Amino acid sequence: MTPEPAAGPAGAPAVEVRGLHVSLDRAPILTGVDLTVAAGEWVTVIGPNGAGKSTLLRAVGGLLPAPGAISLFGTPSAELRRRDRARVVATVAQSPVVPPGMSVLDYVLLGRTPYIPPLGRESAADVAAVHDVLDRLDLTGFHRRELATLSGGERQRVFLARALAQGATLLLLDEPTSALDIGHQQEVLELVDQLRREHGLTVLATMHDLSLAGEYADRMVLLADGRVVAVGSPQEVLTEHLLATHYRASVRVVPGTHGPLVVPVRRR
Amino acid sequence: MTGTPLVATPAPPTRPAATPPASRPAGLRRRWLVAGVFAVLLALIAGVSLGPISLPPGSVAAELLNLIPGVHLESGLTEREIAIVTELRLPRVVLGLLVGGLLALAGGCYQGVFRNPLADPYLLGVAAGAGLAVTAVIALGGVGRQGAITGLPMTIPLAAFAGSLFAVTMTYLLGGAGGRSRSPAMLILAGVAVSAFLSAGQTYLLQRHSDSIQPVYSWLLGRLATAGWHDVLLVLPYAALTTVVVLLHRRELDVLAVGDDEAKSLGLHPQRSRYLLIAAASLGTAAAVSATGLIGFVGIIVPHTVRLLAGASYRVILPLSMLFGAAFLALTDVVARTAAAPAEIPIGVVTALLGGPFFVLVLRTARRVLT
Repeated sequence: MTPEPAAGPAGAPAVEVRGLHVSLDRAPILTGVDLTVAAGEWVTVIGPNGAGKSTLLRAVGGLLPAPGAISLFGTPSAELRRRDRARVVATVAQSPVVPPGMSVLDYVLLGRTPYIPPLGRESAADVAAVHDVLDRLDLTGFHRRELATLSGGERQRVFLARALAQGATLLLLDEPTSALDIGHQQEVLELVDQLRREHGLTVLATMHDLSLAGEYADRMVLLADGRVVAVGSPQEVLTEHLLATHYRASVRVVPGTHGPLVVPVRRR
Repeated sequence: MTGTPLVATPAPPTRPAATPPASRPAGLRRRWLVAGVFAVLLALIAGVSLGPISLPPGSVAAELLNLIPGVHLESGLTEREIAIVTELRLPRVVLGLLVGGLLALAGGCYQGVFRNPLADPYLLGVAAGAGLAVTAVIALGGVGRQGAITGLPMTIPLAAFAGSLFAVTMTYLLGGAGGRSRSPAMLILAGVAVSAFLSAGQTYLLQRHSDSIQPVYSWLLGRLATAGWHDVLLVLPYAALTTVVVLLHRRELDVLAVGDDEAKSLGLHPQRSRYLLIAAASLGTAAAVSATGLIGFVGIIVPHTVRLLAGASYRVILPLSMLFGAAFLALTDVVARTAAAPAEIPIGVVTALLGGPFFVLVLRTARRVLT
C-alpha cells in the first residue's frame, strides 16, 4: 500500500499488515502474515498455543520492530514516534503488572502518559479525562482503592480504563477474558462492544474461548505455526474441519444466535 | 471513518462541581513535605548542638541564622564556640545531610529502575565498586600516605564514579534486571557476588600496599569525623546533578513500575530512562562513598519507611527519601559520636546495626515479590 501522511486518509484501514516476519532468537514466530482491520471493526485472532497470536499483537502495538510491514490508519507504523503511536494504539496485555500500592486512579492516569510532557506532570484536564473514563466504566467508587485489592473482573475493567484513557481509537486486547469467570467474561466483552459502537473504536483481540470469540468478532483470523490459515466471518473460520486440522481438537460446531458455538467432544 | 477517540486531547472540564479532594492523583502532600523539612532542620540543630561540648540549641539556631547574609542575632556564644559551630560541626552535619539524602535517593531510584524492593547501593555492589576504586587511588596513587586523608582530592569522586558504574553494570548483566522471566532475587544475588569479588580485590590491594591500610581503613568506616567545607564543596555538584536527574524522572519511575512493555506502549523509552537513572544514582552513590566511605543500609531503610508511611508513588518516595535520608544520617551521626563519648563509633557501624534487622523485615514483607 502507499504510505500516507500523518493524519491518515479517511477510509484507510485501522491496521494493515503486509508480509510480517518476526523471529525471536532466530526461531521464526510469524512468517509472512497479512492482516487488514477496517476502522470500527472487531477482529479476533485465534489459534493454538504458540501460533504467534500475542507476537502479532505486540508487533501491531509497536513493541516489536516490524519495519515496513505495518500501517496504522494509513501511516507506516515505523514512521510514528512512540509517543504518537501511543495516542493511536492502546494495548491491554494478557496479565498486566499490578504495581503494589498503586491506586486505581493513579493506574488509569498512566494512560495519559502520551499527553503529559516528558519529565512534566499531569494537567487538570488529564485528571478530568481519567475521571470521565472511570465514570463510563462504573469505576467511580473505586478510584481510591488499591489496584491489587480488586477482584479479577474489577481489575480487567481498570486495565481497560487505562487503555481508554490513552484516547486511542485502536484497542489491542490480548486474551482479555482469560482470568475471568464466565459472567465477567461476558461483562467485559459486552463493555468493549458497547464502547466500540459508541466511540467508533477498532478492536483487534486474541482469544482462546472460540464460542465467545465468534459471538463478538466481525471477522476472525486463524493463525497456525506463524501463518494465517483462515480469515473470514466466524461461520467461515469456526468449522469442525479447520479446528480439527489446526487445533487437533475434536469439536462439534453448532449454530448459535450470535455465532457458531464450539463444543469440545470426547474423541472416543 | 477512523472513529472518535473516547477522550481525545485534554477533555473540556465538563464534570459537574469539583472532584472531591480525595480523587487527586498521587503526589507529594504538603504536610509530608513540611515534616521532611522539619526533620532536616531538627537534625541540623541537634547535629550542631550535641557533641563533646554541648551548646544550647537556641544559641546554635541563632548562630546558624547569622550565616544568612543580612541577619545579625545575638547568640550568646563565645568566639571559640562560634568557631566550633561554623568550622567543625556545621560542615560535618551538612556533609551528613548531603550524603544521607544522596544514599536514600539512590536507593529509592534503584528500587524503581530495577523494580526490586531490595535494590540498594550496597546490595547492588555499587558501593563496593566505588570503594575499590577509591582504595586503588589511595593505595596506588599514594594519596594520604602521610597520615589521615585531609581534604578530598578531585580524583577520588571520579574514580568512585567509574568504579560504581562498573559494578552496577556487572550486577545488571549478571542478574538480568530488565528480563521478565528472571526474578528480582537474582539481581540481589548478583550484587552480592559482585560485592564479594570487588571486596576481594580491595583486600588484595591493601595487602600489597600495607602503608595505605590506615588511611583507607579510616576512610572506609566513614570519614564524617574529619569533614571540612572542602568535602562539602566537592560533593555538592555531583549531588546536585544526581538530584535533578532523578527527581525529574520521578513520574517515569511510576510508569516503569508497570513493566517495560507497558511503558513502551505508553510512549516512553524505558531502557533509555533506565540507563540514565542508573548512571545518576551511581553518580550519587559514588559522591557519597568518596566523601564519607561505606555507610550502608540508608538506601533501603529510608525509602521503605517513606513508602510505608506516605505512599508508594515515586513522586512521593524520591523527594521525601532525600529529606528524611538527610535527617536520618545526620541524627545517626549524633548517636555515633555521643553514645560512647568521648570515643566515636564509626557511623557505618551504627547504620548497619539499624539496617540489618530492618533488612530482614523488608525481606519478609517482600517475599511475595521475590518468589
